[in-house]
Amino acid sequence: METLSPMSIDVETARRVAKLARIKVEDADLPALAQDFNRILGFVEQLNEVDVDGVEPMTSVTPMRLKRRQDGVTAGGMQDKILSNAPDAREGFFAVPKVVE
Amino acid sequence: MTDLNALTIAEARDKLRAGDITSVDLTEACLTAVEGSGALNAVVHSTAEIARAQADAADQRLKAGDAPDMCGIPLGIKDLFCTEGVASQAASGILNGFKPEYESTVTRQLFDAGAVMVGKLNMDEFAMGSSNETSVYGNVVNPWRGADDTPLTPGGSSGGSASAVAADLCLAATGTDTGGSIRQPAAFVGITGLKPTYGRVSRWGIIAFASSLDQAGPMTKTVRDSAIMLKAMAGHDPMDSTSADIPVPDFEAMLTGDIKGQTIGIPREYRMDGMPDEIEALWAEGRAMLEDAGAKIVDISLPHTKYALPAYYVIAPAEASSNLARYDGVRYGHRAKLGQGDGVTEMYEKTRAEGFGAEVKRRVMVGTYVLSAGFYDAYYNRARKVRALIKKDFDDAFAAGVDAILTPATPSAAFPLGQEFDDPVQMYLNDVFTVTVNLAGLPGIAVPAGLDQNGLPLGLQLIGKPWEEGALMNVAQAIEDRAGFVSKPAKWW
Repeated sequence: METLSPMSIDVETARRVAKLARIKVEDADLPALAQDFNRILGFVEQLNEVDVDGVEPMTSVTPMRLKRRQDGVTAGGMQDKILSNAPDAREGFFAVPKVVE
Repeated sequence: MTDLNALTIAEARDKLRAGDITSVDLTEACLTAVEGSGALNAVVHSTAEIARAQADAADQRLKAGDAPDMCGIPLGIKDLFCTEGVASQAASGILNGFKPEYESTVTRQLFDAGAVMVGKLNMDEFAMGSSNETSVYGNVVNPWRGADDTPLTPGGSSGGSASAVAADLCLAATGTDTGGSIRQPAAFVGITGLKPTYGRVSRWGIIAFASSLDQAGPMTKTVRDSAIMLKAMAGHDPMDSTSADIPVPDFEAMLTGDIKGQTIGIPREYRMDGMPDEIEALWAEGRAMLEDAGAKIVDISLPHTKYALPAYYVIAPAEASSNLARYDGVRYGHRAKLGQGDGVTEMYEKTRAEGFGAEVKRRVMVGTYVLSAGFYDAYYNRARKVRALIKKDFDDAFAAGVDAILTPATPSAAFPLGQEFDDPVQMYLNDVFTVTVNLAGLPGIAVPAGLDQNGLPLGLQLIGKPWEEGALMNVAQAIEDRAGFVSKPAKWW
């Protein structure tokens, strides 16, 4: 069984996580972020004490079969509504900076 | 005569039906109270025009004799609920300007039943917080004050809901609870707050935080009001596949107050080191009240309790990092101003850096880390297994004959706003008694039960069996009847 490693998060790891989360973090703020990570992950490390061998992850409060429905279109035809909150919408599309060079 | 805005739902319903009052008058009383409540910062978007129109329509229905229980009742709606055409931004800068084109299932059901919306209520950003200090709208202030008049937190994340109900700005409010966000603020302001069984209430149109834990519920002045309001909020919804297709009973009819012969469990693991004496004393009083009501009290063990907060702080951030990935500056809300040559990645990174507050960023990044390659099993899957063991603790207790479980609602009374924590984990400890209930998916209710030495409210929590909110509220009623909690904050705002 894989367990949590006691390794601590360094500034480089914090930078990588911020990148993965697509949140810009200034270099000057990375050490404090790494420290927050270490405090939170240090706290959750207690989970290592629990014997979870053979335990299945919980899936629902009481056994329940998901409801089924006809596989059909139930909504649509509301382009204006979908675009109404967009910061930049043009000609029926969401507009974003150029993606392909 | 009691001010109209100070009525309970049950009182107002009966007076409305008898024709003694109108919803228009009741609503105006609440709107006046809202106007004078700026210092509390509980209401962040007033919806006075909508409220007046809804009140008018409710009076017509009342006249026609077609009035459900909630008809004409003024409510506050937590900013987490999408309300059509009305700002709904989860107290976050990233949803600045967002006006949904649709109505959440909960608010639609309440409005279909004739309820009136007086305004959108403040909260912690994306419901992440226990003190309502992470909101883009600023802190909410508790209407209760301690001996030295220090401004206190109303708790969080449903702090605006708690403050608004305690200050009589509305008769009741919607809240949501992911780790204690209904029950902790309810306890901090001396009102009743119910988190229903996971799946009892549709999550559709409620801005998601941690989808396997989030559940909406009523925050009210009495247990009876929670029963009335839950009935209007609950039920299967095809738009939420996790909402349960089981009948919604008449919860109010189940409030007999008779709990003779029921077995109430007292879990020994909830007796924490360093717990204040007055919390301990309140818990003992609760035990005595239930004994007096004819219940049998037994000591029980929920052995995995201490692992609930650590499991929560893996699972909730993991789900949040996934849910909040949608805030990318493309479809709604804030988009950062971009520099020359910035592409989509810079747009995402700058938008999210500007739009999210510190606590939200912290949790999204922790979630990203625990889900990242190489750590998924070690953190996320392990936490999900511990969650199963926490649920099994409760299953075992109920199988052994326990009908409900009594615990304190919070480890302290409301604390001062602006308290500095050098460690985010310290704030997380607020949810130590409530978070187990979310992990196990069970119903839990906080009921005001007494005052501390500074005159601040303290609450007890009762935890029930899945889908048995009615029986749970009946036990809560037995506490309410005996605690005789009638204190109100002195008006200073």
